[in-house]
Amino acid sequence: MNLIILKPNKENLQTYLALGVILLGIGFFDITSNTFLNFNMTGFLPSIISYLSPLLLGTLGLYFIRIEYSGNITLDQINKNLNSSNINAILSLIVIFILIKYVPPLLNWAFIDANFLGNAKEDCTGDGACWVFVKVWFNRFMYGMYPDAEQWRINTSFLVLFGSIVSIFILPNKFKKYIILFLLFVFPVIALNLISGGIFGLKWIETGAWGGLSLTFIVSAFALIFCFPIGVFLALGRRSDLPAIKYSSIGFIELWRGVPLITVLFMSAVMFPMFLPDGTYMDKLMRVIIAITLFEAAYMAEVVRGGLQALPRGQYDAAKSLGMGYWRMHFLIIMPQALKLVIPGIANTFLALVKDTPLIFVVGLLELAGMIGLAKTNPEWLGMATEGYVFAAFVFWIICFAMSRYSQNLEKKLSTER
Amino acid sequence: MSNIIELKKVNKWFDKFQVLKEIDLEVKTQEKIVICGPSGSGKSTLIRCINRLENHQEGSIVVDGTEISENTKNIELIRAEVGMVFQQFNLFPHLSILDNCTLAPIWVKKIPKKEAEVLAMNNLKTVQIEDQALKFPGQLSGGQQQRAAIARALCMEPKIMLFDEPTSALDPEMIKEVLDVMVDLAKGGMTMIVVTHEMGFAKEVADNMIFMDEGRIVEKAKTKDFFDNPKSDRTKLFLSQIL
Repeated sequence: MNLIILKPNKENLQTYLALGVILLGIGFFDITSNTFLNFNMTGFLPSIISYLSPLLLGTLGLYFIRIEYSGNITLDQINKNLNSSNINAILSLIVIFILIKYVPPLLNWAFIDANFLGNAKEDCTGDGACWVFVKVWFNRFMYGMYPDAEQWRINTSFLVLFGSIVSIFILPNKFKKYIILFLLFVFPVIALNLISGGIFGLKWIETGAWGGLSLTFIVSAFALIFCFPIGVFLALGRRSDLPAIKYSSIGFIELWRGVPLITVLFMSAVMFPMFLPDGTYMDKLMRVIIAITLFEAAYMAEVVRGGLQALPRGQYDAAKSLGMGYWRMHFLIIMPQALKLVIPGIANTFLALVKDTPLIFVVGLLELAGMIGLAKTNPEWLGMATEGYVFAAFVFWIICFAMSRYSQNLEKKLSTER
Repeated sequence: MSNIIELKKVNKWFDKFQVLKEIDLEVKTQEKIVICGPSGSGKSTLIRCINRLENHQEGSIVVDGTEISENTKNIELIRAEVGMVFQQFNLFPHLSILDNCTLAPIWVKKIPKKEAEVLAMNNLKTVQIEDQALKFPGQLSGGQQQRAAIARALCMEPKIMLFDEPTSALDPEMIKEVLDVMVDLAKGGMTMIVVTHEMGFAKEVADNMIFMDEGRIVEKAKTKDFFDNPKSDRTKLFLSQIL
């Protein structure tokens, strides 16, 4: 019978509210003092209960304030979003406590106690992160072993790239077509020649010296541009009525999907040159880009095929009945719809591709993560692995998040339903 | 008048199941034929064979002087002359109504874009949805979508129009607006083969009626004879249920 008194009700709203808030407050105070002041209020209790005491107090507190339609908007919002049942209350508390326990120390490490000034490891005196490491090595992380004096060539290439991409969004539709054609067919040639040099009096810089974030971009960009059309044709091939095309597409896709990327890269570096006729030579970077492109194209093909299968047969019927042949039907009617359906899948594959690029370290090419791996083994900078990889994670996250946002944007823009 | 479509002893199987049995059919220029029959009787398959959305295994189908078979190299040319309207409209959802109408004329018949747009607007006016030209199919009602689909087919300036249950997916109040368009089209002299259960439309428009059951043409007769004194018992039963 006593329990009925403990059932929160509207009549005694103030009482229950006060009781609940006090219990919650004690819970929060307990966890905060535990974390920051090294003071365990409930230390006299058995250790397991002491450990769980904030959770128990908090849950009880939330139980007391769980009063429906209390008339207090804030309270109703809290109850609805964080406290709709005992299970939800516990989950809310766990999330909040984890944030309290681990976020401030992380911020502390990354910013407050961190060292930003100086030029050597000895300048890092605090307990926090040593961003001096990233600062000193920044140039290498961006350009690899590319000579400092020639870095303007990489900068120019990327400025042109970003400039043209931005102009696609700014300029009127009339010019868009030309810029896209330029980006697809002219720009890669110019950029490759500019960066590798060897013509027009530019110093030849072998691909082994390329590296850092710029290499990440180069590998990703070429693989992205080429894996997409190859994937589309493989997807069409897999659905073809012609057995030769159909089975070679299936064979190709299943072969590449069945092999780990790292094996493919090893093969491209070690095995592939053995099959080349004597005297011919193919650049290491080129081989790696081709390997990644074909590997991701197989995944792309399956993503696109998913879109093709989602289209109703009536679309094919309608296109055929208007006198369209295979290619017109697919490129005017089927592909635009199928690709739109699988934008999330395409974005997924593209993101995976970008994040797979660090694997090219196996053939001795060092992009961003690879350069960090190299720098952290420098005797003067031992013990900087955490800072380096946090930096790498941050940069990759920025790139991938931007791509993800763009794909969502595109999805919204292309949606014509309703 | 000459026959624009001729089917002789057409047989078709889906795996082991025979859907069309010994179909003979002649259609004259400007003739209007309505095909009716219970579901699963092969009506849709029959008209889909005429533009080879389905292929037949035996017999011959001749459309506008060209035999349609596996060896037909330019099946697209024949399809361009045969317009088709589907039960589910099958408009292209990623294109506006106007683009739906101009796409095939521009890419298949190579008509300049400006001309194609004029043509499309004229046809959209005929079906009375010219004010919807810039909307997307998803923004239109079912009746409007089906009229847009008719306009799209007309933009290819076909010699023959095939209608595959054009009103079966529509709400009752939208059926009339589509049928009105089809009646106008018939009065304009188009050669039409219509699969439908709308008997009022059939009485008004059709020259000949065909009744199909289990893959066979059970009865073919002048429209008046067909309704007034059908010969086969199967037809009588069907008509008694539908009228």
